[in-house]
Amino acid sequence: MTEANASARRPSGELEASVLAALWAADGRALTPADVQRDLGTALARTTVTTILARLYEKGSVSRTRAGRGYAYLPVQDSPGLAARRMRTELDKSGEDDRGTVLARFVSQLGPDDERLLRELLAGAEEAPPAEGGEVS
Amino acid sequence: MNYTVWVPLVLPLLAVPAARRLAEALPPRLAAWLLAGTAVALAACSTVALLLLAGAGALRLPPVAALGHFELPVVGDQVTVAAACVAAVLLAVVVTALVRTARRHLVLAARARRDAVAAGTAAGDLTVLQDPGPDAYALPGRPGRIVVTTGMLRALGAAEREALLAHERAHLAGRHHLFLAAFALARSCHPALRALRGPLSYALERWADEAAAAAVGDRRLAARAIGRAALASRPGAPRPHAALPATTGPVPRRVAALLTLPPARAPRAPRTIALVLASCLTLSAACALEAAHDLHGSIELAQGER
Repeated sequence: MTEANASARRPSGELEASVLAALWAADGRALTPADVQRDLGTALARTTVTTILARLYEKGSVSRTRAGRGYAYLPVQDSPGLAARRMRTELDKSGEDDRGTVLARFVSQLGPDDERLLRELLAGAEEAPPAEGGEVS
Repeated sequence: MNYTVWVPLVLPLLAVPAARRLAEALPPRLAAWLLAGTAVALAACSTVALLLLAGAGALRLPPVAALGHFELPVVGDQVTVAAACVAAVLLAVVVTALVRTARRHLVLAARARRDAVAAGTAAGDLTVLQDPGPDAYALPGRPGRIVVTTGMLRALGAAEREALLAHERAHLAGRHHLFLAAFALARSCHPALRALRGPLSYALERWADEAAAAAVGDRRLAARAIGRAALASRPGAPRPHAALPATTGPVPRRVAALLTLPPARAPRAPRTIALVLASCLTLSAACALEAAHDLHGSIELAQGER
């Protein structure tokens, strides 16, 4: 199975999520479909990326401006950060246990020793030779 | 009723350390099932024991005796009035804790969901929150949503973002919130079960880590994503109670597990520990049943049926 096939088989919701994440990660820079394709690093077809961006635009998740013959896309910024902060405060109020019950979390707090150890582990991982980045085959 | 009714109340003290030991030797998915299952089983047995103790006391009250058409006073059990009263109080505490946990759980989940939907831009299963503080989590529901802050997205590279999304999707696909909810309810029933909380969270995170590593096809990449995310979200000032020296928290352990453990290989679970745990669970259930049987017997006796 080639990589293109693997990408094509992913549910379209997952591809939309990846594209939106790439736009937000660009930190205010508008991205063309080519930029997104390059950033994602996977062998997604340009037309697929263009289709996904068009779909996100129709849903109102992103805005776009003319760039050459095509468009460049920006994520839509509404009610900036306000509700997000409110949500965070609510969660923090609820205590660690309850919060964990509701939200399966990706990261947890690190102590100083944890941080040191983690940096060592990651440094070790970076030195080791194989497969960097998204070059999955 | 005799000593059997006390057994389910004290056995968690032995079963909990055994479950922790065993979980360490098991692959994450199995460990999560073991820990959650053990907690629920122990909680159920100890709650039944409390019910029986309180029930045995209640049978001596004249109104209850009249209601049950008792012809003779309840005799032959060793439950003292004091023990029955203590059991009744503990039972009330358990029920209150159960209701509170369930309510808080539902309210908090609903609120988090509403706020995430109101605040973020969404695409597919992802909601992005505009917040410079790096954070990422999965919100259960139908369908579940992955919530990631812009701070987190900017802290990671494209491939690492994919690993993060895969990790959160694994939480949702594995319905990990149900494990946590079942555990939260179980823990309300017996204080000794609290010690299983850390191992259960760890097992669920490891489970999602392995799923993410499989999804992106690169264990090293998944490890790096977890590590970078953790370092990015570390607050500037260290928290005082997190500073236990010479202990390594869950994140370095997770990263190390991804970097060192060869895929699909786990050490064999220690047989003795497994045996101890199995005995504890069996004994706990058997004693609860036996005590129930005893109580039933003495009720029949009091009703003059024997």
